[in-house]
Amino acid sequence: MADIAARNPAVIAGGQRSGLHKLMQRKSTIAFLMALPLILLIAILVAYPAGYAVYLATLNKGMTRFVGFGNFEFLFGRDTFWLVVYQSCLFAITAVIFKAIIGFVVAHFVHNIPSKGQRKWRGMLLVPWVIPPAMSTLAWLWLFDPSYSALNWILAHFGIGNIPWTGEAGWARFSVILVNVWIGSPFFMIMYLAALKSVPEQLYEAASIDGATWWQRIWYVTLPMMRNIIAITALFSLIVTFANFDIVRVLTAGGPLNSTHIFGTWAFRVGIEGGDIPLGAAVSLFMVPILAVAATFILRDITKRGSEV
Amino acid sequence: MANASIATGAPTRPRYGSMSRDRRWALRWSYFFLVLFAIFFLMPPIYMLITSLKTSAEISAATNPWWISNPTLQNYIDLLTQNQFLVFFRNSAIVSICVVVLTMSISVIAAFALARMKFWGSATLATGVFLTYLIPETLLFIPLFKMFAWVNEMFGIQLMNHWWTMIILYPTLTVPFATWIMIGYFASIPKELDEAALIDGATWMQTLTKIFIPVALPGIIAATIFTFTVAWAQFLYPLAFTTSTSELVLPVGIVTTLIKGDVFNWGQIMTGALLGAAPPLIIYAFLMDYYIAGLTAGATKG
Repeated sequence: MADIAARNPAVIAGGQRSGLHKLMQRKSTIAFLMALPLILLIAILVAYPAGYAVYLATLNKGMTRFVGFGNFEFLFGRDTFWLVVYQSCLFAITAVIFKAIIGFVVAHFVHNIPSKGQRKWRGMLLVPWVIPPAMSTLAWLWLFDPSYSALNWILAHFGIGNIPWTGEAGWARFSVILVNVWIGSPFFMIMYLAALKSVPEQLYEAASIDGATWWQRIWYVTLPMMRNIIAITALFSLIVTFANFDIVRVLTAGGPLNSTHIFGTWAFRVGIEGGDIPLGAAVSLFMVPILAVAATFILRDITKRGSEV
Repeated sequence: MANASIATGAPTRPRYGSMSRDRRWALRWSYFFLVLFAIFFLMPPIYMLITSLKTSAEISAATNPWWISNPTLQNYIDLLTQNQFLVFFRNSAIVSICVVVLTMSISVIAAFALARMKFWGSATLATGVFLTYLIPETLLFIPLFKMFAWVNEMFGIQLMNHWWTMIILYPTLTVPFATWIMIGYFASIPKELDEAALIDGATWMQTLTKIFIPVALPGIIAATIFTFTVAWAQFLYPLAFTTSTSELVLPVGIVTTLIKGDVFNWGQIMTGALLGAAPPLIIYAFLMDYYIAGLTAGATKG
């Protein structure tokens, strides 16, 4: 406040007689006006639609009649819905675990090599994350092609027969997870590499003097020091993988026989392509509980970090 | 390593040698695995490039898929002389540039207000911005679809099936995270700097443009790159809201128009995909350090 008083004492003195002109000069008013576009954008295009989705989910297909929990009851009675729940959780959890492991391992290797070469490797390994997912998934679709699969061509040299990458339920799920891991692990790598660099070198020296093996150094020094960043990266990735759309849509479009549909793609199929907007809204709302849990943990972590500083 | 040997004294001399040999082996293994991972990570883009340089006849012949016997630029020529593809590219470019300008002007100003000029509810709003950033587009596209129909009924403005609608939609994805990154950058600027400016009689806007924006320029560049990448790559909104070929943006255009039923012209699809991936890749190649700084600064989605 002192700064304002020093700049323009009249503002404080005349504050009580709040003319419009005076009001416009107050710091909080200016600040509010500066944030107004942001507030409007969030209110109209994010908060309102999110609430509207709840209302939509309680209508019948023609959106003429209120049916309460009718759509949800209908979903609970359908096998496809439970398949989608299972697949969404399976994809998100498996993919995040593998992203985290691969990211951690690659970050270690990059950290190991002399620092002048690190930039080059880091740059190369981040490429999957930079390419638009829809575009790189197309490349995977072509690598997985049933008749011209270049991956199967390589595997044939190792004596492995034709793999139906996107043709059979089990393999299709594997392929979706593989592409997810391919796109996501560079992000983990970058985050972990930044965290690794922040671990003080003395801790490792002390550990090796005490005779710690490389495994013990990772388990007792690296992991505890990186716990925070590992948690927050995994939670972020969980949200994104759970709410994913591009990869499944381009790679399998939910097939074969719905065995790769996740909430996002199934909501699109039911709501936009099937024309049943309320049911689609109901499907997408099932993402909220998991997102809310992840968001709570992230938020707690961030406020904790904020109060430490 | 040298420290360790000095600290533990003479008896460990022989061990010092073995440790440095271990270190050499660790280095070799690191390079070995890095090469393996680099192959895994770069395989799809490289295969895109290989396929894009082949003729259709060569693609459908049962030869080594990783080798090009007759390199040709025909796919690039076909695609770049095709009016449709250029329309996709133009739509994507205009949308992305407008979204970047819109996002950065909204979020830099708002982030400044939230980080420096505390007002009633500003802390709640900052948390709200972060929460919005966690709301995925897969949750919003259905209610937005219905809202657009309503806007058409009420005001007679048809938002559906126009590429410029994306300029309104994409900021819902880009503004929250750009604001979040900028709040972080602005918060790290010492308070004395803006206090000094205010005492010297600068207005809030002058403080922002003369001090905060120059000082936080690396952050602004990082946020700009991210906004562009997100806007360029967005797939769900254009897929849901546009259908006519003249209104499509690049990613959706390539996926929906180049794949027609069972006929896959893979040479052209891969060329299109590579051209679609090119702008973010080029920006990344030149501004990698900003990109990585932004990635690790505001914990970003990935």
